Amino acid sequence: MTIDTLTEKIGEYIKETDTFRDEITVTVDRDVIITVCRILKEDEDCSFDFLSDCCGLDRLPETPRFMVVYNLYSLKHKHRVRIKVPLEEADAEIDSATPVWKAANWLERECFDMFGIRFKGHPDLRRIITPPNMEGYPLRKDFPLEGSETK
Amino acid sequence: MTKKTITLNLGPQHPSTHGVLRVLLELDGEIVVDAKPDIGFLHRGFEKLAEHRTYRQNLVLTDRLDYLAAMSNNFAYVLAVEKLLGIEVPKRAQYIRVALVELQRIASHLFWLGTHAHDLGAMTPLFYALCEREDIMDIFEAISGGRLTPSFMRCGGLAADVDSSFVKNTKKFTDTFSSKVDVYENLLTENPIWKLRTRNVGKMSKEFCINTGISGPMARAAGIEWDLRKSNPYSSYEDFDFAIPTGLQGDVYDCYMMRIKEMRESAKIVRQAVDGLPESDGSPIKAKVNKFPAGEVYHSIESPRGELGFYIVSDGGKSPARLRVRPPSFVNLQGMGELVRGQLLSDVVAIIGMIDIVLAEVDR
Repeated sequence: MTIDTLTEKIGEYIKETDTFRDEITVTVDRDVIITVCRILKEDEDCSFDFLSDCCGLDRLPETPRFMVVYNLYSLKHKHRVRIKVPLEEADAEIDSATPVWKAANWLERECFDMFGIRFKGHPDLRRIITPPNMEGYPLRKDFPLEGSETK
Repeated sequence: MTKKTITLNLGPQHPSTHGVLRVLLELDGEIVVDAKPDIGFLHRGFEKLAEHRTYRQNLVLTDRLDYLAAMSNNFAYVLAVEKLLGIEVPKRAQYIRVALVELQRIASHLFWLGTHAHDLGAMTPLFYALCEREDIMDIFEAISGGRLTPSFMRCGGLAADVDSSFVKNTKKFTDTFSSKVDVYENLLTENPIWKLRTRNVGKMSKEFCINTGISGPMARAAGIEWDLRKSNPYSSYEDFDFAIPTGLQGDVYDCYMMRIKEMRESAKIVRQAVDGLPESDGSPIKAKVNKFPAGEVYHSIESPRGELGFYIVSDGGKSPARLRVRPPSFVNLQGMGELVRGQLLSDVVAIIGMIDIVLAEVDR
C-alpha cells in the first residue's frame, strides 16, 4: 500500500497523511468515515476486508480531544493502513462501522465503554467490560488510575 | 399452543467456560434460540495501567494477559516496542525467540486439547497432554525461573542468553513430540464419540470469519489460508520451513485438526531454530534502549489464538501515551452468539471450547 494509491482512491476525503516506520496513517473527517471504509473495503487495489482493530484515543489537553483509530488489514494484498478520525469532546459521536465489518460490534462497544464515544447506528451500544452501573469512562486521561470512590 | 422459551445462565462459574464467562442462553427445549455472552469479570485495567508504567515495566503485565501463552504476549509487545524504536535484535536472539514462542504455542494447544476434550466428556487426553506441556514448562523454568509467566523477553533482546542445556532439552523434546501427537490422535481423531460431538457443530464460513474478524486456527479451519508468520513474516520466520494447515468446514472437528497439525508444524520450527541457532558473536543479547521516539506503531503476531496486536502511541516520554491490545480471544468470542444459535445446549460447550478463549485476555 502506498500513499499514492490511497490518494487516488480516497484523496478527496483525506485531511492528513503520515508515514512512520513504514506504516501509513490517514486522517479523515467523521462525516465521511463510512464512505471511506466502504471504498477501502470494496476497491480491488485496497480490499481491506479485515478490520483488525478499532479503538479510541484520548489526547487531553489537545483538541479535538478524542480520536477513533481503525487498523485495517487486507487478506488479499497482506497490507495494512490506519484510519484516524478526530472527535470533539462536546460532540463525541461517529457513525458505526458495523454495516461494513461485523467485527466492529464489540470493538466499538469497548470504545464506548472506555471513552464514552458514541457510535450512531450501532445495534447494541452497551458497556461491555465494566459493569452497567459504572460511572465515568476509565481510559479517559482525567479518570484516576485507582478509580473513583464508590458510593 | 404458545411456544415458551426459558433463560439459562451458563456461568460465570462453570467448568466449561474456562475462566469467568457468563452466557445468557435463551432455550427452546434443548435448542438455543439466542445467546448473549457477558464478559468483563476479569477486567484489571491493563491498558490504563500501562499508561502509568514505563515500557520496561509493562512487559510484566503482558504475561498476565493470556496466561497460557505468556511468551507470545511478551513477544508481540517487545516487537511493537522495537518497531517504535526502529531497532532490530541480533539473529541469535530472533531464533531463540522463535523457538520459545513456538514451544509456547505447543504448550497452549496442548492445554486447549486436554481441557476441550475433557469438556466433551473425554478425560484421558487431559492427562496425556499435560505431560508434554510439563516438559515445556520445565524448559521455560530452566531458562527464566518462571513457568507460567516467564517475562523472559526484553525490549531489544532477551533477559539472558541460553546455554547448551536449553538446546539439549529442546532437542530431546522435539525428538519425541511427534510420536506423542500420534498418541493424542489415537485417542480422538477416529473416535466415533468424538466425531459425533464435534463434526458439523459450529460450522463457520470463510465470509463469516473475515467479516467478524476471526483469526488464527479458527479462521484456518474455515479454509482461510492466512497466517501472519507467512503473510507478514517477523523475527526471521521467513528462514523456517513450515506448512499452514487449513480445513474445509470450519466446524469444531476442523478446529481440533488445525491445532493438532499446528503442533506438529511448530515442533518442526522449534527444531529448525535450535539446529540453526547462530553462534553468539560476543555482543550482548540485549541492546541498550534509552530514548523512545514520538510516533505510533501497530504490530501483530500470530499468537496461538490468532492475531495478537499491540498498538502503541508514544509522545516521546517514558511511558506509552496509549497502549492498546488487539486481543484475538475477544474478537473471536464475539462470533459465538451467531455460532450457537439453533444448536443444542450441549454443543454450546463444544463451541466455547473451539474458540479457545482465555478470559484474562478477553477482559484485560
